[in-house]
Amino acid sequence: MNSLASIWAESRRNPVALALWGLAAALVVYVFVYGGYLMAVLQFAFIYVVFVAGLNLFMGFAGQVSFGHNAFAAISGYCSAVLTATYGWEPLPAAAIGIGGALLCALIVGYPVLRLRGHYLAMATLAIGLIVYEVAVQWQSVTQGYMGIAGIAPIGIGRWSITSDRGILLFLLIVAVLSLIAARGIRRSRLGRALVAVAGSEDAARALGIDVARTKLIAFLISAAYAAVAGSLFVHAVGFVSPEVFGLHMVVLAFTMLYVGGIGTVAGPALGALIVALLPETFRGFKDYQDLAYGAALILILIYTPRGLTSLPELWTRRRRAAATRGDGA
Amino acid sequence: MTNLLRLDAVTKRFGGLVATDTVSLDVPAQGISAVIGPNGAGKTTLFNIISGFLTPDAGRVEFDGADITGWPPEAIAKRGLIRTFQLVQLFDDLTVLENVKVGFHLHTSGGLLSALLPGVRARREERMVESRARDLLQRTGLLAQAETLAAVLPYGQKRLLEITRALAAQPKLLLLDEPAAGLNRQETETLAALLRGIAAGGTAILLIEHDMSLVMSVTDHIAVLDFGRLIARGTPDQVRRNPDVIAAYLGTRGGEAAHA
Repeated sequence: MNSLASIWAESRRNPVALALWGLAAALVVYVFVYGGYLMAVLQFAFIYVVFVAGLNLFMGFAGQVSFGHNAFAAISGYCSAVLTATYGWEPLPAAAIGIGGALLCALIVGYPVLRLRGHYLAMATLAIGLIVYEVAVQWQSVTQGYMGIAGIAPIGIGRWSITSDRGILLFLLIVAVLSLIAARGIRRSRLGRALVAVAGSEDAARALGIDVARTKLIAFLISAAYAAVAGSLFVHAVGFVSPEVFGLHMVVLAFTMLYVGGIGTVAGPALGALIVALLPETFRGFKDYQDLAYGAALILILIYTPRGLTSLPELWTRRRRAAATRGDGA
Repeated sequence: MTNLLRLDAVTKRFGGLVATDTVSLDVPAQGISAVIGPNGAGKTTLFNIISGFLTPDAGRVEFDGADITGWPPEAIAKRGLIRTFQLVQLFDDLTVLENVKVGFHLHTSGGLLSALLPGVRARREERMVESRARDLLQRTGLLAQAETLAAVLPYGQKRLLEITRALAAQPKLLLLDEPAAGLNRQETETLAALLRGIAAGGTAILLIEHDMSLVMSVTDHIAVLDFGRLIARGTPDQVRRNPDVIAAYLGTRGGEAAHA
């Protein structure tokens, strides 16, 4: 809770940050109390907070690129689905097997693929996502292809399970917050500094004794674990899975959230996931022009806060400082 | 005097170009040594070979009693040989303080587990790293910038930060690739004082430098490269008087250019 206290202490000095977090908190409380359609939107957003926080470790901290993390969400999601719906397993061991399987795949795939850089790494990871998607479509005896799997057990242990919308929302919120606290812990540790060092200069990192290949692989595995957790959370929360759930759309959405929120920052994934999940709903009244308004809003955000929404407080501080300097000069 | 670093007939070719040609060199375990030579003489290639970023085509590199020829850079760093780069290589997204903390990487431990659930040991280690990083920044005069992002430092301070970070790795031998490049006179004097202090503390330094006044004022030993070959070595005075050096490196037949 130490870190929560320091988040509070930091944001108290900056009204913009305070307003942003206050707004987010008010929204969560509102939806929690009044429910409605936004409940499903927020659940979706919280799952994506986990996924994007993981992607941020690999792309934002370690400076790598992956278009294929949906593969790890799909592997654990389908494990959870098949083991609970088809074989009647408990959700917890099913998810554990799923996450373990996703990590094993990440290890096998990551070892050779992480030798690539930039566009080549992007292409290779994209291929991983597409392969897993095709497997989900074609392996009908297990995945039931496009039909998907329904009747997946809700989150729970034994006779005790979370079935109410409010319960699921609260559970997802707790997992999302824990995943952010973990990301914050990593960023402030020796490991996290090594990740950002590798992003800054691989040569300088090696010259200081950092094993760059190993560090990239660790970042890849941690982010794959986040993706796998998100995948299992999704199928247990929604109760249904199909290949489209973990398709390329997931990657596009996660990238949008990452850049809108602020890549490389701890809180960016949370803000990005909330905003990007909620924006289309905000423009529902525009009817046919909803997508147009959504696109325009994204472009405006990226133009005015090129480093994401988390840079808003910083922009405010800078503007105030600049005003103060002008004031001194006058 | 014992030798910390020993090059034995090291050769590196790039296609038809022989970048370093059977260079043999001894670097003592104390004091400041320098490699000088005109542009394109093969100095940086030599540094890249010593620090493991290039593998020589022939010859041996020995450091601290081990044959390190062909070792990867991180293994050589672990052995106690730390380098800086001609074009400053900082971790731009880290603060000045964090950059120095990365320098302690080899002397600390702790991975994912201690990041997620820092125990007593991990916390103590982090406190140790924090206070020693601040001490080093105090020593190089960067403490006021501790919380600044490295990317926004002025150029001279970036150079200093790179050296500070290298010191955090507690090297036995510190390789500096043109540490005074782009520094003004006052910054160069600060650098000279810093280098003397480091050497006095028992860390050997090997540097490549174009700033002759710096080289002549701080170094104990100088080796001169020209077209990949070692053409002279000795104390600053000996090198300054060496006719080959004056001819090849300074390009004149008089002594006055040595003071340039």
